[in-house]
Amino acid sequence: MEKREYNVTAETGIHARPATLLVQTASKYNSDITLEYKGKSVNLKSIMGVMSLGVGKGADVSITAEGADEKEAIEGIDQTIKNEGMAE
Amino acid sequence: MTSQVSGIAASDGIAQAKAYLLIEPDLTVEKTSVTDTGAEKDRLTKAIDESKEQLGKIRSIAAESLGEEEAQVFDAHVMVLSDPDLIDQTHAVIDNDKVNADFAFKQVTDTFIAMFEGMEDNAYMQERAADIKDVRKRVLARLLNVTLPSPATIDEEVIIIAEDLTPSDTAQLNKKYVKAFVTDIGGRTSHSAIMARSLEIPAIVGTKNITELVKEEDYLIVDGIEGEVMINPSEEDISSFNKKADEFAQLKAEWDRLKDEPSLTKDGQHVELAANIGTPKDLEGVNNNGGEAIGLYRTEFLYMDSNELPSEDEQYDAYKKVLEGMGDKPVVVRTMDIGGDKELPYLELPVEMNPFLGYRAIRVSLDQDSVFRTQLRALLRASVHGTLRIMFPMIATLPEFRAAKAILEEEKVKLIEEGTEVSDSIEVGIMIEIPAAAVLADQFAKEVDFFSIGTNDLIQYTMAADRMNERVSYLYQPYNPSILRLIKGVIDAAHNEGKWAGMCGEMAGDQIAVPLLVGLGLDEFSMSATSILKTRSLLRKLDTAEMKELADKALTECTTSEEVMALVDQYVS
Repeated sequence: MEKREYNVTAETGIHARPATLLVQTASKYNSDITLEYKGKSVNLKSIMGVMSLGVGKGADVSITAEGADEKEAIEGIDQTIKNEGMAE
Repeated sequence: MTSQVSGIAASDGIAQAKAYLLIEPDLTVEKTSVTDTGAEKDRLTKAIDESKEQLGKIRSIAAESLGEEEAQVFDAHVMVLSDPDLIDQTHAVIDNDKVNADFAFKQVTDTFIAMFEGMEDNAYMQERAADIKDVRKRVLARLLNVTLPSPATIDEEVIIIAEDLTPSDTAQLNKKYVKAFVTDIGGRTSHSAIMARSLEIPAIVGTKNITELVKEEDYLIVDGIEGEVMINPSEEDISSFNKKADEFAQLKAEWDRLKDEPSLTKDGQHVELAANIGTPKDLEGVNNNGGEAIGLYRTEFLYMDSNELPSEDEQYDAYKKVLEGMGDKPVVVRTMDIGGDKELPYLELPVEMNPFLGYRAIRVSLDQDSVFRTQLRALLRASVHGTLRIMFPMIATLPEFRAAKAILEEEKVKLIEEGTEVSDSIEVGIMIEIPAAAVLADQFAKEVDFFSIGTNDLIQYTMAADRMNERVSYLYQPYNPSILRLIKGVIDAAHNEGKWAGMCGEMAGDQIAVPLLVGLGLDEFSMSATSILKTRSLLRKLDTAEMKELADKALTECTTSEEVMALVDQYVS
């Protein structure tokens, strides 16, 4: 299992474009990937799940990947987050 | 059998083609118990896959006819349909409750829609709820085996029949195939009517029941000049309509010859014939129709076509495009007129009992001034690319105008301090659409650079009659002497202070109103681009002194709208 923690810096939080990009990236991998915020976790491949969390700017979140390609998955997602300046 | 239906002629022209019914089918879902849950899940998968395939097609057609940006909404729809949570939860309902796929899918999407709609703090979510509703319709139509109309996929010549057309419907219309449209509701100033004129296709609105009378595959003739629709016309009818279409084409050719001619009256007086536009895309129509200026650039489309507030740079690009596209010709830009019938999901405007009398236009701008400042900065930066005039909408009092102008001045000073170049000859005026401002026009005229009379609202506010309400539509009376007196007061007030007065409502291009307005001394007439040449042709037949006499008579002798119309008829024909 791979896990990373982030503090959200994007003005809009994880909504709209950032949410779409994260879901698109996560969907490329076979591993089960979850996004956790305030004790609730959702499937990062589900756009509706991700948006239902209502993650705003300044939130602390964690992303977990579990499966055959978990390493690649967590790296790929990490890159999307950094490239888009969503969180650090 | 031929039958004939009449409605309000909303856009000129004659067309014939078969009917395309843009009517939503019944998507009511019934709950049934099933034993073979696997088969239900397969049905769901098939419906979702087919919907995705269809969305892909719509997307590529939309990208081609409307542009990549408009097409992106369909990507969001595909993403919703690919959502594993949505599919897993629907499967779970089918398995646990042993119910049909239609019912399970409806139930699960209902939960998601309710969840997103319940998130009040984020207007973006409201739109996602709308996306889910939209894609759900597509999947349910597959599951229920009914056809969902999708205007973007039309690929043969048709006439669209609908109850009404929403902005997203009209955004999907391809002029190449859609020859005309006819609706149950609406008036000359409703969204669908304005769109028809900007697309330059004939349209008839407000027929009340066209959707009940026309069936798929019926052949139609639409006469957008008289406001008549013929259903399954005889050979004879068709040939007489063909003759009429030829005559109209000849008339149009005659107007087209006036494209590069100045707008002069019979006695050689010049008035400015300008165009109303909504986006930079409309410039083509303005130039093709010989527009001498933009008399109204409605900037709210910048806000309405977006999921979030348009940035200063985005706005700057749009304003610059319009100013440059017009060269030295003046461009009157109206600042944001949101509220009333134009809502913005992301601005979270309150729902009001009387939106037309409520929080709208300049009232929103002065209250949420950061949004207003962004727009003004974009305008000021763009001002060096042409002849910019700024107009504030819905001004009722002088303090409102002064406050708006002060904010404009503040932003101007800031930009200059930042080293940005700003034009120093920007005229600043107001829209006259509230009777209070019309009555006090003499005082306003001392402080503004110009007036532009917005007749659609001025008439509804003066008559206290909602222009969307068909029961009181008889009160929409542009030629009523009361309205004419208000207009005269505004024009005279402007002239007394050496300012100019224009008009940017429907009335400015109205063939009965134009002679009266020439007589009242209106300086600028701003209308749908497609009305310009027709109006230029009319102007050449009008003598200013005679029209002045006509206007005087209308104002002093006429007691009703009907009397005014009869009088104009006498003078003009």
